[in-house]
Amino acid sequence: MNWLPPLLALLLAPLLLGVINRTKAIFAGRTGQPLLQSYFDLARLLRKGAVYSSTTSWVFRAGPILGLAAMFTALQLVPFGGQAGLLHFSGDLVLLCGLLALGRFATVAAALDTGSSFEGMGASREAFFGAMAEPALYLSLAALVRHTGSYGLSSSLAALAGRNWVDVDPSLVLVTVALLAVFLVENCRIPVDDPNTHLELTMIHEVMVLDHSGPDFAFILYGAALKMWILAALLVGIVLPALSSNPWLNLAFAVLGVFGLALLVGVIESVMARLRLVVVPQLLVVASALAATALLLGVR
Amino acid sequence: MEWIPVALGLWIFGGLAALALWRKPEASAWTSTLSLAAGTLMTAPAIWRALAGHSPGILRIQWAVPGGEFALQIDALAAWFLLPTLLLAVLAAVYGMGYLSGEAHHRPTAPLWFFFNLLVASMAVVLMARNAVLFLTAWEVMALASFFLVTFKDEKESVRRAGWTYLIATHLGTAFLLALFILLGRQTGSLDFGVWAQAGTADPRPASLLFMLALIGFGSKAGMIPFHVWLPEAHPAAPSHVSAVMSGVMIKTGIYGLMRSLTFFGDPLPWWGWLLIALGIASGILGVLFALAQHDLKRLLAYHSVENIGIILLGLGLGVLGSSVGSPALAILGFSGCLLHVLNHALFKGLLFLGAGGVLRATGSAEMEHLGGLLKRMPLTAVTFLVGAAAISGLPPFNGFVSEMLVFMGGLQAVADGEVTAVLAGAGAVAGLALISGLAIACFTKAFGIVFLGEPRSHHAVSVTESPRTMVVPMGILAALCLAVGLTAPWIIGSVAQTVVLTTHVPPSTVDQAVAGLAELFAKVAIAGLLLMLVCGLLILLRRRLLRDRRVETAVTWDCGYASPTTRMQYSASSFAQPITEAFKGVLRTHMRVQMPALPFPERASFASETPDPCLERFYKPGFSGIAVLASKLRWLQHGNIHLYVLYIALALLATLVWMMG
Repeated sequence: MNWLPPLLALLLAPLLLGVINRTKAIFAGRTGQPLLQSYFDLARLLRKGAVYSSTTSWVFRAGPILGLAAMFTALQLVPFGGQAGLLHFSGDLVLLCGLLALGRFATVAAALDTGSSFEGMGASREAFFGAMAEPALYLSLAALVRHTGSYGLSSSLAALAGRNWVDVDPSLVLVTVALLAVFLVENCRIPVDDPNTHLELTMIHEVMVLDHSGPDFAFILYGAALKMWILAALLVGIVLPALSSNPWLNLAFAVLGVFGLALLVGVIESVMARLRLVVVPQLLVVASALAATALLLGVR
Repeated sequence: MEWIPVALGLWIFGGLAALALWRKPEASAWTSTLSLAAGTLMTAPAIWRALAGHSPGILRIQWAVPGGEFALQIDALAAWFLLPTLLLAVLAAVYGMGYLSGEAHHRPTAPLWFFFNLLVASMAVVLMARNAVLFLTAWEVMALASFFLVTFKDEKESVRRAGWTYLIATHLGTAFLLALFILLGRQTGSLDFGVWAQAGTADPRPASLLFMLALIGFGSKAGMIPFHVWLPEAHPAAPSHVSAVMSGVMIKTGIYGLMRSLTFFGDPLPWWGWLLIALGIASGILGVLFALAQHDLKRLLAYHSVENIGIILLGLGLGVLGSSVGSPALAILGFSGCLLHVLNHALFKGLLFLGAGGVLRATGSAEMEHLGGLLKRMPLTAVTFLVGAAAISGLPPFNGFVSEMLVFMGGLQAVADGEVTAVLAGAGAVAGLALISGLAIACFTKAFGIVFLGEPRSHHAVSVTESPRTMVVPMGILAALCLAVGLTAPWIIGSVAQTVVLTTHVPPSTVDQAVAGLAELFAKVAIAGLLLMLVCGLLILLRRRLLRDRRVETAVTWDCGYASPTTRMQYSASSFAQPITEAFKGVLRTHMRVQMPALPFPERASFASETPDPCLERFYKPGFSGIAVLASKLRWLQHGNIHLYVLYIALALLATLVWMMG
């Protein structure tokens, strides 16, 4: 039944954005968009034609496809709710990071293909923040490896199973905080990037995809939703390891956990302002330092 | 083995014949290329046998040089390095036929072909030599041949300076090797590598001294920081197919030498591993940072060689650490990651330098700020360069990912079950490699994006056509190999086993078992790669189906409704890298010359930036000018009076005689 989690992700990932937006609306005292708005957006975009810039080439058209395909493949590696990933082996966490990087490479190259200085700006920031996020992500995973003694994603998260919050380990708390920072950076959420900003100069992710339209843009939105699910599943796997022996219950808990994280992101976005761009690398350095501390705490 | 002297003779006589055909550039190119290809075919069976695990024969020919013997052997370690060397050399030669076709009107190309053949032959001898005198002779021939290749366009002052820098650097390195070999020779009373490998060294202190000598001597050839200063000078100055060979494989002879000499020193000490890991992290991070700050495409690639040598050293360091602390799993992961990255770097860096050469030849400029939009004008060069860029960034499913994954796993292995110090080394390796690969992505999206995407930034890049077929085909082969190695890694990892057995003290059965496990793991990576490609294909079909009956329009790029965009408004290489160069300005020390627009109607404004190498600027240049000042104090000895020189000789002889008597 480990085909079920990827299927759940494919179906439910766009709902994460709905939950985040609804949370923000409640905080702001608005009614907000429908919970299923992302699904409506995807359906609308898939029904549209497309406009391509005359400057662009096949690299621009390959970007969204490669980005979505990388996320789809990465999804098969992620354990969820006590179920191992469809494809799991020791060292799969390196492949996961590699696929995330591949998606970034494709998006950045597609943005540079338009020749727009705005998209160049976004691409430059994405490349920099992505590079700074990698040590934080790898160190967090290394701390997890140190903690569980196994370096496959599925096996090391499985090793956490059965733990309860009574004997909570400080190193895991640090890893969770570091991974949360990586989650916010990689998914371009506040305090790093504001998905609702209306000024191209200040955007990161949204500005890179300004020129995409129609089905291409749908692929991008869906790929971004999958990426959010993947990183959320990792975080939830650490915070809420499989507790019961009933797989269905574990799965339900994990789904609840992922949406709980979306709620948390909504709260963070409502109570925080965006950081200045020059501060973002510092945030990531702090995340790396936290992860390194977690790793050192594991050396005893 | 009996074909090896024939192959060597073919390479050397092919070079001489190319030189003899001075007046006919085409014929000399063909002679050289065909002799390289034929010699490579003759060597192939021996390489194959060594990698398959057959015990290698040794070829000994008497040589009149004292202490020297013409002893050649292709064991697994030599074979592993010979494979990319010969492959890349032949492909680069084919490419060179097209690349130099326009050059022959300006200057004779025959010497270039002669030295190219000589370089290949000497690299092969360096890898096969089993005698220290033979090794050093070949090493010296290799350095001189590549010096003449670097200074091919010697009418340029920058090229001459690059050549001298290289010549001095390589000889300083050789001095350390000379000391190393003399010490080893005195210890064992022999200059034969086989004797040295068997003797080992029981006492750790001299072994550490020998290790440091080997590290500096071979490290300076490999381009390890802080001995890398010649590399960003020499590689851009050389013709591009020579840069490909020098960067792709010649600097690897340094890694080979280091690995070979490690087999002479007995059991390694843990601190050797830590030192190698630290040097690897430093070379990797600084290499990629300096690459990011460059806007000359070939200089950027040269700094990436420093970065990749860093990754190779990381793998080697983890392997040495594993050997020394008795963790076979770590040793196998480290050494196999190091070896596989040697092969992979030869493939993708060769490819990238050949692509950069195509750009340089077509546009006349390697300055990235002048380029842009070349993808539409040189589609095949662009595709192959993109493959190389993805591979060097360590992205799946290409080959760079596979070897970086091994190094990552080595680091994680050290973290998972090591002691405190091993955990620290492993965590440093993992975090360092993560930052390196993240920055490499930034650097190669920059290099590819600025050169090939968008619109031309100057007239250089406007009327440009695709390179001739002789240049495109070798690039295509290398690009295909980059993907093939990524997908066939489960089989390729098997041929690393023999080499790992040779360089570690792990019993063959353990290595075979571990390598079989790695093969299984890479099979799953390959499955993920195939899944990725399958999904890409399906999505392409889906999009085609969706857009079939709909309006697909072409418009200008969205620039906030700005009415008349010009190509100069595009983001440039410097602006793309600016956030990173700004964040690391303490290390990079970029010089900027800014003329801000002034007055209500500003006329001129300008901005120029340059990032010279701080090692060169702050360490070597002051050091060498200090030596020059000291040396000039002895100028009075050199007055030009021959009869006094004869007196010097007589006095020197007398002094020697007295010393010998006493």
